[in-house]
Amino acid sequence: MKLTLRSMVSMAALGAAMAACSPAAEQGSETPPSRAGLAPGLFDAGTAIWNLELTASVPPPDGFFDLETVMIPLSLPAEAEGDEVTDDEGTGETADADDVPADMPADGPADVEDADEEDSGPGLLSFANSDLAFTGDRVIMGGFHGFNVYDAANPDDPAHILSVVCPGGQGDVSVHGDLVFFSTEQNRGRLDCGNGGVEGDSSPERFLGVRIFDISDLGAPRQVAAVQTCRGSHTHTLVPHPTDEDIAYIYVQGTSSPRPDSELAGCSGGEPDENPDTALYSIDVIEVPLNSPEQAAVVSRPRIFTDYETGEIAGLWAGGALEDGGQTAASTVACHDITVYPEMGLAGGACGGNGILLDITDPVNPRRISDLADPNMAYWHSATFSNDASKVLFTDEWGGGLGARCRAEDPENWGANLIADIVDGEMELRGYFKIPGEQSDIENCVAHNGSLIPVPGRDIMVQGWYSGGLSIIDFTDSENPFEIAFFDRGPLGPDALRVGGYWAAYWHNGRVWAPEIARGLDVFRLHASGHLTANEVAAAELIRFDEANTQTQLHITWPDEPVVAHAYLDQLARSGALDETGLATVRRAIEGWDAGETDAASLAAAAELLAAATDPQAPADAHRMAELGAMLMRTR
Amino acid sequence: MCKSVTILAIGLGLAAAPLALASPPIFQPGAPGGAARTLTPEQSIEMAQTGHSAADARFMQHMIVHHGQAVAMGELIADRTTNAEIALMGERIARSQASEIEMMRAWLEHRGLSTRMSHDTDMPGSMPEHGSHALASGMNHASHDAPSDTPVMPGMLSPAQMAQLEAARGTDFDSLYLTGMIHHHQGAINMVTALLAGSGNGMDPQLSEFLSAVIADQAAEISRMRGLLADL
Repeated sequence: MKLTLRSMVSMAALGAAMAACSPAAEQGSETPPSRAGLAPGLFDAGTAIWNLELTASVPPPDGFFDLETVMIPLSLPAEAEGDEVTDDEGTGETADADDVPADMPADGPADVEDADEEDSGPGLLSFANSDLAFTGDRVIMGGFHGFNVYDAANPDDPAHILSVVCPGGQGDVSVHGDLVFFSTEQNRGRLDCGNGGVEGDSSPERFLGVRIFDISDLGAPRQVAAVQTCRGSHTHTLVPHPTDEDIAYIYVQGTSSPRPDSELAGCSGGEPDENPDTALYSIDVIEVPLNSPEQAAVVSRPRIFTDYETGEIAGLWAGGALEDGGQTAASTVACHDITVYPEMGLAGGACGGNGILLDITDPVNPRRISDLADPNMAYWHSATFSNDASKVLFTDEWGGGLGARCRAEDPENWGANLIADIVDGEMELRGYFKIPGEQSDIENCVAHNGSLIPVPGRDIMVQGWYSGGLSIIDFTDSENPFEIAFFDRGPLGPDALRVGGYWAAYWHNGRVWAPEIARGLDVFRLHASGHLTANEVAAAELIRFDEANTQTQLHITWPDEPVVAHAYLDQLARSGALDETGLATVRRAIEGWDAGETDAASLAAAAELLAAATDPQAPADAHRMAELGAMLMRTR
Repeated sequence: MCKSVTILAIGLGLAAAPLALASPPIFQPGAPGGAARTLTPEQSIEMAQTGHSAADARFMQHMIVHHGQAVAMGELIADRTTNAEIALMGERIARSQASEIEMMRAWLEHRGLSTRMSHDTDMPGSMPEHGSHALASGMNHASHDAPSDTPVMPGMLSPAQMAQLEAARGTDFDSLYLTGMIHHHQGAINMVTALLAGSGNGMDPQLSEFLSAVIADQAAEISRMRGLLADL
């Protein structure tokens, strides 16, 4: 375990302590340890770890951490029933006994009209870390205050090299070469990354949308473009041009209410029957000429919720009577996030009340081909495809990420993952997964961002669950997903819910990278266990990408290597798809290859044996046998 | 059990640090095309200072009352419907809004503000003449008159509508609940829209995220409730 410690004035006063588990007895065990009752602490919280090893913890850098802000409680205990004090004077005014602080006049706070004078410092979430992007040896961590760049040439000792301050949340990041794309959605966002001075409902200084930074000169990062959008940018997704390497597209997902036309021309809200130009019911598509990013501009606002038969823009509305009178919000009006899978020409949209599947072969004009609604899903939040795009996993961010939703009393399919199979282009519900309800009521927890771990022959994903830690699941059988590894910390502090935990957990180049909202950046190695052999881990660690943005899903192809073949064989042994004799025959062939004594006859015999043993009723094993057989034949 | 490795940072100089390496630079970019300037860590922290407006505080005080009614509506479900999907939906809404009430109270108290709705004229349609729970439940503490047809604020059910909901059973209840909650959610969305139309509101990052969440979550729930209403 390598510790990276930096001087942090505010923390030094604390006597900052960083604790980590050394892989101990529970490594490799079939039975997970309990996650219940872990001790609170900022850098010394209790931990539970299973089949993983924490190899680095990089605390937030100076200027991006403030102890008081991190420790602001998000929630106070609910009002007890019977607290009410009824005023019998006949005014009808009642108040709760504990409502009025002793130092406050009973008719309300005296300072409410000039509240800013009593500024209580940076607000909660001001320094929250959010998403990650990877390029070369660099890891970029976005956040509500800007972004930070790390040199991860040694992944078990990432070094912080650069901070860029640009407040405005959420700081969802992507990277392409030297360009960093950065989402801004909060009302305080300024064009110049400054603070304050954006007053009223329209200000020329306000910025809501996607910024583009050039970090080619680490001594002088520059903002080169700021593309305004009607609803800002909660998240965004980088979409490569199908043929032109000099052009990239950005899908912009804004979830705020539309800005007025007075601030940004062409923006308006309302329902499409009254306002066909409404900024609701669409995403924004930005085209970025990569050699002149300053020319980036919105080129389309596709109506991806349209009913293509009737032309109804609000096409995902399930129907039913409109309420009488008044403005009505309708169905799915925005996407929270979109994961594109360019190699497959597909995208998975997590769009509030629906999960949708898009055809993106024409990226400027994505078209919906399937949609799903589900009574267990509160808020469709993000999507991850299986590598072969036969499945898509959606997360449900019930409670918005700030709520404690992984308690024993929380239903197991709420705030969970939903797994759908994609059958003939249509999504069909198969199953759910949620981590065990062992989190406390002072830990924000719900399903959140993750990515595939490239184990051949299996669908395995790592994801963050905020203060529920991070979790790795196998969803090869989409009806029966199960957990194979996790790491969890106790809450940030005692007695009150504070916002922390893993925004995401992503696999990249042999490690799990996990941005912690309050505690910085963590790195993990995956360990072999009863659920995962050393060969399967090694095969996953072979996969390397120079650049990776998780919501731009990359297709994984495994090299013809003995360890990959062994990984498939381990799976066939685990499932019992091959008998001992068959396993031994194939294993000998692979071992000969591994020893540099490639024997064409025995490889061919092994491939034949696999073909003969294939049972189409067991699709996962049939796929493994086909892949392994083909590899052996190529190797002959 | 985990063994823990603990390193204590002692004082400001971090005696444990072998070398006083220069801290990586902190840049604040300019507007597009402009040059970045460097900041000290202290200046960086100051860049996160945001206040709140009087309207922000009033919004939170009102939204506590507004959410309270959703919780009160949820409490009626168990004895009045046999529709499992509506029970599921209602339970989830009530749980979500109850925890958001706790969040809003904490936000106000952290700023030394009252968690109580006070009389003002800037929140359209508000009638701050009652305590929050009394308002939410639609109870009429003041007299034995018939419940009022006037809601406490737009987008809430009036005391008369709450009484009607309490008296309904079965499909009648389902229909009233869904119609009422759709109206209620729409009211919350409208409150957010009205707040953001005002000058200097919604600058606080937590509030800003909450405002977006109200719009996004409640639009999604409206969609689901409309579907349920159509299936009755």
